[in-house]
Amino acid sequence: MSHPSLGSVALAIAGKDLRIEWRSRVVINQVLPFSGLVMVMFALALDDDAMLQRTAGGLVWLATLFSLFMIVQRSYAVDTQDGALDAMRVAGVDMQAMFLGKSLALAAQLFVLEVVLFAVAMVLYRVSPLPDESTLAGFVLLVTTVICATLGLGFVGTLYGGLIAGAKGRDSLLPLLLLPVLAPVLLGATRATESALRSGGAVVAEGWPWVAVLVVFAGVFGVGGLLSFGALIEE
Amino acid sequence: MVIDFTDAVVLYGNYPALAGATLQVQRGEIVLLQGPNGAGKSTVLRLCAGLVPLARGRASVLGHDVAADREAIRRRVGLLGHANGLFLDLTARENLTFWSNMVGASRSECDEAMDRMGLTGALGDRRVVSLSAGQKRRVALASLVVRRAELWLLDEPHTSLDERGRDELDAVLREAATSGATIVLASHEVERARTLSSRVVTVTGGRVAS
Repeated sequence: MSHPSLGSVALAIAGKDLRIEWRSRVVINQVLPFSGLVMVMFALALDDDAMLQRTAGGLVWLATLFSLFMIVQRSYAVDTQDGALDAMRVAGVDMQAMFLGKSLALAAQLFVLEVVLFAVAMVLYRVSPLPDESTLAGFVLLVTTVICATLGLGFVGTLYGGLIAGAKGRDSLLPLLLLPVLAPVLLGATRATESALRSGGAVVAEGWPWVAVLVVFAGVFGVGGLLSFGALIEE
Repeated sequence: MVIDFTDAVVLYGNYPALAGATLQVQRGEIVLLQGPNGAGKSTVLRLCAGLVPLARGRASVLGHDVAADREAIRRRVGLLGHANGLFLDLTARENLTFWSNMVGASRSECDEAMDRMGLTGALGDRRVVSLSAGQKRRVALASLVVRRAELWLLDEPHTSLDERGRDELDAVLREAATSGATIVLASHEVERARTLSSRVVTVTGGRVAS
């Protein structure tokens, strides 16, 4: 029996989480319809095409954040419902690998969700992904924004999910703890997306400093998570 | 010495779950912990696995101090508690493949563990959520076999198993002990567990008496 590498354990944990989601279809059957409904409710509440087009980026990211809570809670529920999280602790599973694996799986699910939400925004809010001659630059900015924001959300969601995995009242505790921490992602991703889509007269170049904010956020929570996840799970 | 506790105290809040327990277990022994509910049997097992902090006294497992070297102990210990530690939406085979990946066991070792616990054929390809309580217990035990733990800590291992399952479990435990593993089990099924064990230890009020 050989000692497995960090990468192989992380991939096995990510694969396990994604396989369980594929079997149970919680994201597809519950989270996606929920986030779609949130988008519809925004449209009903604002009821102004020009405003919806201008704020589409922010609404997509807000719906993503709401959905994040459900996916994180589900991700840890499958680990705790029959004591598998404790079993992994006792088996000496590398907690850094677990953090990476769960973050990867969470980010993959969020990425699919975001693609669907952007498609919904295009149809529902009549947002054009191809506004003018700066299409390629805007597309590159949008893709970079989505990747950086999704990684940050994956890291911070996994870290805070682990923090409250064994806590009483964790369903309500998670949004309470996470929302303030997620403010930089909401702000950075919204501004960068608005620039990419040229909403409200924004230009593409204005978006890149916000992408830098997202990179720093992902870096801080990625490294912080790697260093502290084991201790958080242990507590 | 696989387990060496001297005056070990474990507190849950202010309540002493272990109130000065002294216990020594040698390699290859099968030790039965018996005693009433709340006596501290599960706490002894959890202390061995490094899952609860030692408040006072001294405790070493497999030559490592429980307080200082928890990770080194955990890699060599297998704990089966009241929960099975399984992923209910995965099949039995997928669960065991996952555990094989966690500990670096080969596919053949995984297949061997499934064979030993009678999880071959269609049973291995069923989702755990659809298995009976006894079948889930077998999958959990197979995960301990996959991990080739040196110290097996079993809390009510016979629970939910039918007569055949219990016989198979006993055979697996005897075989594991013969091949050098040490086994500590807490059980209310004293008669069956006594025939299996090389030593019986009584736990009462957080104290241990051989």
